[in-house]
Amino acid sequence: MNINATLFGQTIMFAMFVWFCMKFVWPPIMAALEARRKQIADGLAAAERGKHDLDLAARRSAELLREAKEKVAEIIALGDKRASEIVEEAKVKAEVEAGNIKARANTEIEQEVFRAKEQLRTQVSAVALAGAGKILGREIDAKAHNDLLEKLVAEI
Amino acid sequence: MTTEALTSTEYIRHHLQNLTCSLQGGHFHCAHDAAEAKVMGFWALNVDTLGVSLVLGVLFLFFFRQVAKSVAQGVPSGAQNFIEWIVEFIDNSVRGSFTGRSTLVAPLALTIFIWIFMMNLMDLIPVDYIPFVAEHLGLGHFKVVPSTDPNATIGMAIGVFFLVLFYSIKIKGVGGFVGELTLQPFGKFGLPVNLFLEGVNLIAKPVSLSLRLFGNMYAGEMIFILIALLPFYVQWTLSLPWAIFHILIVTLQAFIFMTLTIVYLDMAHQEHH
Repeated sequence: MNINATLFGQTIMFAMFVWFCMKFVWPPIMAALEARRKQIADGLAAAERGKHDLDLAARRSAELLREAKEKVAEIIALGDKRASEIVEEAKVKAEVEAGNIKARANTEIEQEVFRAKEQLRTQVSAVALAGAGKILGREIDAKAHNDLLEKLVAEI
Repeated sequence: MTTEALTSTEYIRHHLQNLTCSLQGGHFHCAHDAAEAKVMGFWALNVDTLGVSLVLGVLFLFFFRQVAKSVAQGVPSGAQNFIEWIVEFIDNSVRGSFTGRSTLVAPLALTIFIWIFMMNLMDLIPVDYIPFVAEHLGLGHFKVVPSTDPNATIGMAIGVFFLVLFYSIKIKGVGGFVGELTLQPFGKFGLPVNLFLEGVNLIAKPVSLSLRLFGNMYAGEMIFILIALLPFYVQWTLSLPWAIFHILIVTLQAFIFMTLTIVYLDMAHQEHH
């Protein structure tokens, strides 16, 4: 247990080991650790970004949904309006049509009445004539009193 | 275990003797006992200390280099995970205690921690195994724990001390460093006192580093040797708890050596005010 040149040997060995470690062991391991640290940091950042994107997308989709709902409500309202308009129009049209039909029917009825009246007049005049002829006998000439009879018919 | 030929004292002495070899006299020869080792004087080498340190250091660097070569950015597996765990632990320690910027300090700390840890770990090999094998290989002595040899711990502390001197001069300049040694804490009129105090302060760094590690490991080894003197059937009642406790010591001492190195280098990097 005496001090001898071993300590120099140990110092030299120590120096060589430290040099080797500094040159060939430490740098690659630290580089790998650093690279992994960066990779993990990047990964975390990417995850954060992804989460942010997801938030944005969710917000955007909610907005789209809201817009769509609004649009649908608008369309429904428009449709309702249009439907009532159509009903209204149809009503108006129907009323007009009904008026027309009524007018036409009235005209027809009037014509029919007029025609019936006319017929009746002629028949009445004929009956009157026949009656009068029967009463007066031969005294009344149908030809001579035709004007009178015409007037009578017109009065009826 | 003790043989009839060995007394307890001899057994302990045998276990505490390094394999000291020398090239003096033109041929390579190894000391057979402490007295012979002493005669060899300073220019002798503790072959066991150097050999075990070398093997452990090479093992450590080989293993780490293999992982470093194939290191992958993606999900780490097995060995890489383990190495990265250690590297990050060291890196955090360095970041925590070292305020300057240096590419040397972190790998230095890693080397110190792992190398010393492995050296200390040799303490957990049962004390008789390696000497027994060594004896049959014709080696008289073999201390397998390099950190129980003061040469090893002082050698490393000297390395750290040189780095402290180098960085002190590099950061503060020769003038700054000399000024730091002589002009505080009592100003320029207390120069001799200052030099004495700061000199002690400076020298205490490698001394504390080396002797703390040596003392702890030597004491631990000594207790293992003492336990090994007991009859074999009661040894485990003491050696097992001590070994478990020693796992803590082994790690702690490596960690302390590393942390103190970082702190000393940090002090060398800082300007005093």
